[in-house]
Amino acid sequence: MSKLLRQSFVLLLLMTVITGVLYPLAATGLTQLIFPRQANGSLIVKDGKPVGSALIGQSFTDPKYFWGRPSATSPNAYNASASSGSNQGPTNPALTDAVKQRIAALRAADPGNTAPVPVDLVTASGSGLDPEISPAAAQYQVARVARARGLSTSQVQALVNEYTSGRQLGMLGEPRVNVLQLNLALDTPRAHGS
Amino acid sequence: MTTNDFLQIGLFLAVLLLLVKPVGSYMALVFADAPNRITRFGGRMERGIYRLCGISSTEEMSWKRYALAMLLFNVLGVLAVFVLQRVQQWLPLNPQHFAAVSSDSAMNTAISFATNTNWQGYGGESTMSYLTQMLGLAVQNFLSAATGIAVLVAVVRGFSRRSSASLGNFWVDLTRSTLYVLVPLSLLMTLLLVSQGVVQNFKPYVDVPVLQTSSYATTAKDAAGHDVTTQTAVTTQTLPMGPAASQIAIKMLGTNGGGFFNANSAHPYENPTPFSNFIEMLAIFLIPGGLCVMFGRMVGDRRQGWAILATMLLIFIPLAIGLVAAEQAGNPALHGLAVDAHASALQAGGNMEGKETRFGIVSSGLFAAITTAASCGAVNAMHDSLTPLGGLVPMWLMQLGEVIFGGVGSGLYGMLAFAVVAVFIAGLMVGRTPEYLGKKIEAYEMKMASLAVLLPCALVVIGTAIAVMTPAGVAGMANPGAHGFSEILYAVSSASNNNGSAFGGLSANTPFWNVLLGICMFLARFPLAIAMLAMAGSLAAKRHVPESAGTLPTHTPLFVTLLACVVIVVGALTFLPALALGPIAEQLMSAMGH
Repeated sequence: MSKLLRQSFVLLLLMTVITGVLYPLAATGLTQLIFPRQANGSLIVKDGKPVGSALIGQSFTDPKYFWGRPSATSPNAYNASASSGSNQGPTNPALTDAVKQRIAALRAADPGNTAPVPVDLVTASGSGLDPEISPAAAQYQVARVARARGLSTSQVQALVNEYTSGRQLGMLGEPRVNVLQLNLALDTPRAHGS
Repeated sequence: MTTNDFLQIGLFLAVLLLLVKPVGSYMALVFADAPNRITRFGGRMERGIYRLCGISSTEEMSWKRYALAMLLFNVLGVLAVFVLQRVQQWLPLNPQHFAAVSSDSAMNTAISFATNTNWQGYGGESTMSYLTQMLGLAVQNFLSAATGIAVLVAVVRGFSRRSSASLGNFWVDLTRSTLYVLVPLSLLMTLLLVSQGVVQNFKPYVDVPVLQTSSYATTAKDAAGHDVTTQTAVTTQTLPMGPAASQIAIKMLGTNGGGFFNANSAHPYENPTPFSNFIEMLAIFLIPGGLCVMFGRMVGDRRQGWAILATMLLIFIPLAIGLVAAEQAGNPALHGLAVDAHASALQAGGNMEGKETRFGIVSSGLFAAITTAASCGAVNAMHDSLTPLGGLVPMWLMQLGEVIFGGVGSGLYGMLAFAVVAVFIAGLMVGRTPEYLGKKIEAYEMKMASLAVLLPCALVVIGTAIAVMTPAGVAGMANPGAHGFSEILYAVSSASNNNGSAFGGLSANTPFWNVLLGICMFLARFPLAIAMLAMAGSLAAKRHVPESAGTLPTHTPLFVTLLACVVIVVGALTFLPALALGPIAEQLMSAMGH
């Protein structure tokens, strides 16, 4: 028993060094060398300063921006240091109420638009940080954004297309539009096409 | 369901089946008794470790000594993780200055990671220092997986050895699992994950300005008891960082499932693209599937391994398709609203609450089925927000005993317990002494196999009963009605089968839940493993019985069907009443428009 205990202790110590120190250090060294941008958070850099991450969404409520997925993080939406979903069950009345409010907010920002709202635009994402919306959700907002910015819908549509990615390898996942990158592009003067 | 749904499921299964054979053959070499090119390659490092520990690699252990070594090593691991969490505030690599974790949460987490469960009552990015994640949690990700593989290898030796008093050497099996299987695969997986955007660094969190500033209101009571609302402006976003990829690699490969961040594999820094999602799903099934192939080789009849794998797929595939179909059908509660939930070329549609856009329905649904069939428990969508039938599938996959792929090692030894029960039932039908893989199955083996099959069932039922009868248990529910009961049933099922996923709304970071689930996780892991080692010890001592005309062949479609039926009947009979009160009741209410 005492021999087994001693063996356990030393082996745990050695395994901790191998899997808890050497392995993550080797992994960090290798990835910092090969994929430095990805390993450090896929930051979007503008004028030498990070202005966000291509992978982490931000909160948008202004009609001139494309809105992302509703976010259930607290205390504020898209709080990247406290990722979380809503965890509301399908029959929870709070979920139905939240969806109604989100529809109302979208309609208020775009009174003429009576089309049904794509479901991903009114349901909270799993992480609360989803950087993307479906192409359908982007379509739904093109006219509003164009109007708020005094642009033509085709100008805005061209930008949406630029930030849309299809299924990966033609097959995996879903087509999607990166909201922060699209909005950053909208704010960049060259994007106005003038 | 759409054509692409079927394409993605088909592609996953095809790639999995292509990979299990090389991985299984490789593991058969790693755990072979005779030295070979693979164990010679790492021999120097292996011998160095044994010398430092005072381990004789040729020492053979009886099942009791094997079990004792396994237990001591794991209890020591629990203690180490517990202490690390309690003193993390004084240790380095804590750039966010997190305080010590509360004692009940630290106990729960320590057991959780050492038992390969990885139930998480805490939020990673707001609780654990980098040091705790690396030296505590990530290490146990490796060691709990290695323990599972070691116990499985010993159980398989029980079948393959003849008239033997020993099952091998726990230290050697553990070391080889780690050095030859888990670490190399994890390094490869880390590279793939980081290429997609998973973070891997030791930097403090990064503050970035937000494009559109906003504010939020918080209401608190002042000294006089009046509500005071304060507006807080949001001008920056704090991006979490850390050595995530190296931990996520082993979290998937070791069927651990404990996320680096709170949202687990739904978090874009843990699972940024559909491709990263695909390899995370593959990684969950890779070793459990490969172990089936290894098992066939070790018992000298490869068909036996494929038969077990076929049984697992036979149960898995229809349930996975059912889950995806239920999610694609969407949430009836939103049907009356101005919401478009139809699948089209421009959107996934369906029930998108709790799901990420890049994964849509099929990549989320398939992941949910895989993570609960295997005892992984990582989630890329919030299971609490699944439709009632979509949520029933993961819950039931766990309740089946985590034997459909299951945890690395533990899934297959659990399935072997079911196989022993299945040959026993077949033996009863024809009135012969049952045999499995050339070993007579007698009273002692049946007792141990039954114990292994029934222990998790008992823990789920008793644990759920305690929770719903206790105010502290009921207080954790976040959703009203039948769904609230589902949250409790899911939590206890998850802990009692060492899965670790959750209906996340349940507030489980309370002393009651931490203790209840801690006990469930511990009892589901170690007594079950010891029962299987006891069975293996008894089997190893037996002589080989040559096949005769009366032997039930255990590699045929007939046996595959029988085994699948035994697993399903045990799971259905035990849990149907509880499921009727939770997801089934909710489905009926949902369909009737309540």
